[in-house]
Amino acid sequence: MAAASRAQVLRLYRALLRESQRFGGYNYRTYAIRRIRDAFRENKNITDSEKIEELVNKAKANLEIIHRQVTIGQLYSTQKLVIESPGNT
Amino acid sequence: MLLWRRLAALRAAPGPRRLSVAARPGPGPGPSSPGPSGDGDGALRPLYMDVQATTPLDPRVLDSMLPYLTAYYGNPHSRTHAYGWESEAAVEKARQQVADLIGADSREIIFTSGATESNNMAIKGVARFYKSRNKHIITTQTEHKCVLDSCRSLEAEGFRVTYLPVQKNGLIDLKELEAAFQPDTGLVSVMTVNNEIGVKQPIHDIGEICRARKVFFHTDAAQAIGKIPMDVNDMKIDLMSISGHKIYGPKGVGAVYVRRRPRVRLEPLQSGGGQERGLRSGTVPTPLAVGLGAACEVAQQEMEYDHKRISQLAERLVTKIMSEVPDVVMNGDKEHRYPGCINLSFAYVEGESLLMALKDVALSSGSACTSASLEPSYVLRAIGTDEDLAHSSIRFGIGRFTTEEEVDYTVQKCIQHVKRLREMSPLWEMVQDGIDLKSIKWTQH
Repeated sequence: MAAASRAQVLRLYRALLRESQRFGGYNYRTYAIRRIRDAFRENKNITDSEKIEELVNKAKANLEIIHRQVTIGQLYSTQKLVIESPGNT
Repeated sequence: MLLWRRLAALRAAPGPRRLSVAARPGPGPGPSSPGPSGDGDGALRPLYMDVQATTPLDPRVLDSMLPYLTAYYGNPHSRTHAYGWESEAAVEKARQQVADLIGADSREIIFTSGATESNNMAIKGVARFYKSRNKHIITTQTEHKCVLDSCRSLEAEGFRVTYLPVQKNGLIDLKELEAAFQPDTGLVSVMTVNNEIGVKQPIHDIGEICRARKVFFHTDAAQAIGKIPMDVNDMKIDLMSISGHKIYGPKGVGAVYVRRRPRVRLEPLQSGGGQERGLRSGTVPTPLAVGLGAACEVAQQEMEYDHKRISQLAERLVTKIMSEVPDVVMNGDKEHRYPGCINLSFAYVEGESLLMALKDVALSSGSACTSASLEPSYVLRAIGTDEDLAHSSIRFGIGRFTTEEEVDYTVQKCIQHVKRLREMSPLWEMVQDGIDLKSIKWTQH
């Protein structure tokens, strides 16, 4: 199946990171970005196509979760944390 | 004719609206909430380093709860329609998720309103059911207030309770535990991870001792669940209390594990329609139960990753503080602990002043449920901490969402203010001059 191509995985990775950057909350934003990077790094050598498909599906589901939660965060936004300055994460 | 239609269309389509908390009164920081001093940035929020008090909802948990707060609002006990069936299915799925985290069967999980209710149910329920033959209970001096208070109220009912002391490192002495058993001991209750100092009791060994004597073993695992591996069969646990809001789940829900083989019987605290196997009547709050289940599943997946990260951050925090500032004591055993709960005593510094000075960081000294009183924490007293050191203790909590940046900021502010407060302290001056404070005879004026 063409579902698990390298290009698709990279597209997903970038989409996940881009969506996570939109989190208003510092802690959620940093966690999502960190976790996504570490998870993709951890799984980068997997070759079993079934396992890859499972992981890709999980990533797609997580992308939707992040999208919804980012939106909710924007509806109920609050002030930044003391260590957030413009230009920082 | 066309003009009014165009105007109506314009008015009706404002585009994506950003509703921010600042735009209207309502939820948000109240007038008394602190912000950083004099930056002029307005009220920036403090960093959150108090995860033992409560944790933020994991976005994955909130995502799983929302459908049951909006569309799927049925009562899980309604047997006659789809609203009830879908709600029940969600609750049962959550029950399985909780059970999977602790190696239990889903029929052994009862949803409650939190670990306090679970503790009350387990301790009072077991004691009262078996009261005709077992009138003695063993617990420790460092348990959570709800356990100690439940035992106290059982004493008023005629039970005898032994409150085991702890050693200087916060752990109980297993020999003392064995010696405390009496012929009519019915229950032993020891918490897995302490919420104030983070020490981890030898649950495996305690389970063995209790099983050998056929005495029920209850553990308050609110701070341990989802953070360290727990298996009720491995650890020979008969009853366990679980809290939702300590593992990035919602507040107002918890669970109690009640073993079925060999069967543990409980006298229920709450009477009613017989829900939750008759042990806890009342409508199970589907969204909260779903949240607890999701939190448990996420915790199981993330346990190894979180533990590794939190250990590194904890090591970083403690090493940095201790290398810059002398006379700092870590309360509780250095090895048998959960790394994310660090309790430090800063000698010659008053704890409340340090907390007030660190107003950009949300911290606490002692547990949230005792922070209103002026007494130093009973847990610190139990491990033999000097009165003055007990007053100078701060608890740092590191969790799944804590960043290295936050740890560094906290460390920097902590060092800065400890040094500043010590400069102002006459006691510190005397210590620097080599005077032994314990030798001073304070005179009356």
